[in-house]
Amino acid sequence: MASEGGHSPQTSGEYIAHHLQNLQVCQSDGGEWIWNHCAGNPMTINVDSMFWSVFLGVIFIVLFRSAAKKSSAREPSRFQAAVEIIVDFVDGSVKDTFRGKSRLIAPLGLTIFVWVFLMNLMDLIPVDWIPMAAGWAGIKYMKVVPTTDVNVTFGMSIAVFFLILFYTVKNKGIGGFIAELTLHPIAPPLKGPGIIAAPFIISFNFILESVALIAKPVSLSLRLFGNMFAGELIFILIAMLGLWQLPLHFLWAIFHILIITLQAFIFMMLTIVYLSLASESH
Amino acid sequence: MDINLTLIGQSIAMFVFVWFCMKFIWPVILAAIEERQEQIAAGLAAAEHGEQKLEQAKAEADDIVSNARTRATSILDQANSLANDIVAEGKSGGMKERERQLTAAKADIEQEANRAREELREQVSAIAVASAEKILQREIDAKTHQDILGKLAQEL
Repeated sequence: MASEGGHSPQTSGEYIAHHLQNLQVCQSDGGEWIWNHCAGNPMTINVDSMFWSVFLGVIFIVLFRSAAKKSSAREPSRFQAAVEIIVDFVDGSVKDTFRGKSRLIAPLGLTIFVWVFLMNLMDLIPVDWIPMAAGWAGIKYMKVVPTTDVNVTFGMSIAVFFLILFYTVKNKGIGGFIAELTLHPIAPPLKGPGIIAAPFIISFNFILESVALIAKPVSLSLRLFGNMFAGELIFILIAMLGLWQLPLHFLWAIFHILIITLQAFIFMMLTIVYLSLASESH
Repeated sequence: MDINLTLIGQSIAMFVFVWFCMKFIWPVILAAIEERQEQIAAGLAAAEHGEQKLEQAKAEADDIVSNARTRATSILDQANSLANDIVAEGKSGGMKERERQLTAAKADIEQEANRAREELREQVSAIAVASAEKILQREIDAKTHQDILGKLAQEL
């Protein structure tokens, strides 16, 4: 258990709360930048989440770009082979699911998979290391796993959501998009005496389909967030057990390796599925 | 855990990373993979081709070897029969020579025997005449008894 800043020892509740608090910065009404007193202010930035997610994204970019630069068809290095395994895996997943042609979807899937995996991987670093180091450097809060921040997962799923909308409109037109929202799942009678019922059916369909549409990004982000948040919380709880934390941490970390990979894969796969649904007429 | 500006920041970061990946990472790596796939396919095809050629060459070589073998056997056969001929010829020549010499020797022997017999007869007739002269104790007119003597000699 880490004690912070030399103040009085923390209670368990304070310890957990401290670990779940983002490093935040926001602008006050007076235009001043305020640190860590931002509750309820929507113009807040979680500096630690942004830093770690961008940092890990840059690691992904640099690693894969260097592999791409040095890539040779004839004599691939080990690193290139490893990168190609991932690329090939993503490419296979995309080809299995997405029938259309798109230059975006496969790189999108790769970025999501590797980036989310790297962000989840931060969970395996013992929970006190980086916050303690940050504490010595004078930074009060440091939450190192970006995917345990609901803003990060929602940020990605909303980006995916806009891509879904874009692809639907691009492939089916505005009319097709509206038809998809209103003419399913119950086909309204558009001729004859039954036409009186059409507005009700259409509004019913619209509510149902809108919920289904909105549920996509919400479930996408909450699934990832929930899994990672729960995993992080268990790591924090284990870290409070004294000596017993060592074997327990080890066991939970092994189990968590599966979860972080699986969640990264699920996020990627569902993104591909949603975008392929948006591109296909059904 | 409020929703705040981080969400938009994260979305922007994601678009930037995805764009970079789409522009500078994915096509390069995939091109390398596809190029390698082509090379492997070409290599496999070439290997198969080479294998076929090898098979052909093997068949050809087998043909050549078996041809050579049959030719060798036929040459050997010929040589054998020729040798047999030569031996047979030599054998028959030797037999003839032997026969010839044998007959010549026989004729010689016969001639010699005849000659010896003639000589013997003359000697015997001479002995007979002498013994007759002695027995008769008298002069026999050789001229008158010439024919008797001749007949006697003839009978011996």
